[in-house]
Amino acid sequence: MTSAPAPDAPRLPGARWSAPEIAFWLLAVAAFFAFPAYRVLGSQILITGLFAVTLDLILGYAGIVSLGHAAFFGAGAYAAGLLTVHGWGEPVSGLVAAGAAGAIVGYATSFLVVRGADLARLMVTLGIGLLLYEAANKAAFVTGGVDGLSGVSMWKLFGVFPFDLAGNTAYLYSLAVLFVLFALARRIVNSPFGLSLRGIRENGRRMPAIGSPVARRLIAIYTISAAMAGVAGGLLAQTTQFVGLDVLSFPRSADLMIVLVLGGTGRLYGGLVGAAVFMIAHHLLSDLNPVYWQFWLGLLLVVVVMFARGGILGGVDALRRRSRGASR
Amino acid sequence: MLGHLVGVLFDGVAYGSLLFVISIGLSVTMGLMNFVNLAHGAFAMLGGYACAVLMTRAGVPFLATLPLAFAAAAAAGIVLERTLYQRLYRATHLEQVMFSIGLVFMAVAGATWAFGPSQAAVRLPGFLRGQVHVAGLDFGAYRVFLIGVVVVVTIALHLMLVRTRFGAQVRASVDNAVAAAGLGIDVNRVFAVTFALGSGLAGLGGALGIDVLGLDPTFPLKYMVYFLLVVAIGGAGTIKGGLVAAMVLGIADVAGKYYLPQAGAFIIYVLMVALMILFPAGLYGRRT
Repeated sequence: MTSAPAPDAPRLPGARWSAPEIAFWLLAVAAFFAFPAYRVLGSQILITGLFAVTLDLILGYAGIVSLGHAAFFGAGAYAAGLLTVHGWGEPVSGLVAAGAAGAIVGYATSFLVVRGADLARLMVTLGIGLLLYEAANKAAFVTGGVDGLSGVSMWKLFGVFPFDLAGNTAYLYSLAVLFVLFALARRIVNSPFGLSLRGIRENGRRMPAIGSPVARRLIAIYTISAAMAGVAGGLLAQTTQFVGLDVLSFPRSADLMIVLVLGGTGRLYGGLVGAAVFMIAHHLLSDLNPVYWQFWLGLLLVVVVMFARGGILGGVDALRRRSRGASR
Repeated sequence: MLGHLVGVLFDGVAYGSLLFVISIGLSVTMGLMNFVNLAHGAFAMLGGYACAVLMTRAGVPFLATLPLAFAAAAAAGIVLERTLYQRLYRATHLEQVMFSIGLVFMAVAGATWAFGPSQAAVRLPGFLRGQVHVAGLDFGAYRVFLIGVVVVVTIALHLMLVRTRFGAQVRASVDNAVAAAGLGIDVNRVFAVTFALGSGLAGLGGALGIDVLGLDPTFPLKYMVYFLLVVAIGGAGTIKGGLVAAMVLGIADVAGKYYLPQAGAFIIYVLMVALMILFPAGLYGRRT
């Protein structure tokens, strides 16, 4: 992971938001008004973006390769869904419950994940993901099994805004949650704690020598990431008012990796850009046979890894550097 | 009761033998090049389809398709290794994972396009069907055949690694690729030949496994976990570890499905997580 120094350079935790960053968020607000027919898709993109940011925290910053991140997303989705099915439909507290569910699963499994090398981590995360999927599948009396959890009905947000079919509330609600959690993630990665994570990513053996408790740091970020992934899952359950078994499935974890690698790891915005590109492409190509979509997806992955390391944002940075070098 | 137990053990060993043939290439390449290759199952699928197509469309007898399945997968392996894989030996594990998932997606889509989404079936020759009676117990003839093939393959691999000059070069490269290159061993060539051999064995396993594992375009995804498990539990780069891990997995999976059918895939995943926690570097892995 030899990314360019420019985007990775440490900033102060309270660093000002730069102009491109502000423009990015204004664009997300503008999209609400510019594409009124696509607000449902928009809210899905925002949720996937949030999910990708949580993976970026552990993968891009702490260097933990995970193939089972859907476990936390699914835990959050089922927590939020089950809460409403059993009579409590208030959205914001539902999200808190979803985050708590993600955090509990994340903290419990973090001890297994922080030990071992990449391959062992890959297997353990994959195994935990598959295990939860099987558990949800078998516990059909709680989760509804393959039929999914039906009967999710949300109360109005703040008692005022109903969740409508056009996705108006869903979009703005998702955007607000995404922004709050993104700001939190941004603050975390720019803090001394975040810097120590990068140190662990670059060389986990030297970090103890400068007094950094590697295992504890990794457990902390893994739990934070899992909690935020749980919130993302809760958001999906609330805005779609349905929880299917696929929230825990392996393809969800794999697609998430693709989203993040496509956008660019270790820069937070990569997950958001990747989610937008991936989901819009999927939407545009959805009338294609799904088999062909999978083929092009595979080809895209191979091409990105071979020729465009750093993803879309990595490419943008390279272009910027080149133009700056040319103007000098 | 005891008969059941023997039968389950026997089926487990046969199943484990298949897992071993398919995964041993992955184990050696992972130990040799430290490359996380999730696409290994795609080579097995290729071998399986080569066997199925040759039998149904060209009328080649089953036993004759096995070397051809090996050759087809080995050829695909060497082409991909030279053109794509070798550029990523120094890449991060994340990039290797992404790259090989991409290959799996393409293989799944390609196989669906070429052969359709349904199960491919082969008709085994008469002498491999039916039962063999030994000491009052019935054993599936095909499973006896499977175990026999694996015994031969294992002995051949072992002799190759221990007795031949090439085997010595492989062992030296696994131990320390830089020092091996410094001693004049063409490490790149060793990598390429080993990769082709591993892919070929996967192809052979895929062809042998049509009757046991089934064969459809999602094969590489469906069994990815099993192949990775053999490597992760056995420890990368050892034949003995892979063999033991494959047997443990095969017996646990068959026994689980037989005695606790309602638990389904649960047993294998619990076993996997437990073993990974107890042996993070594998049963026979070198701790670094």
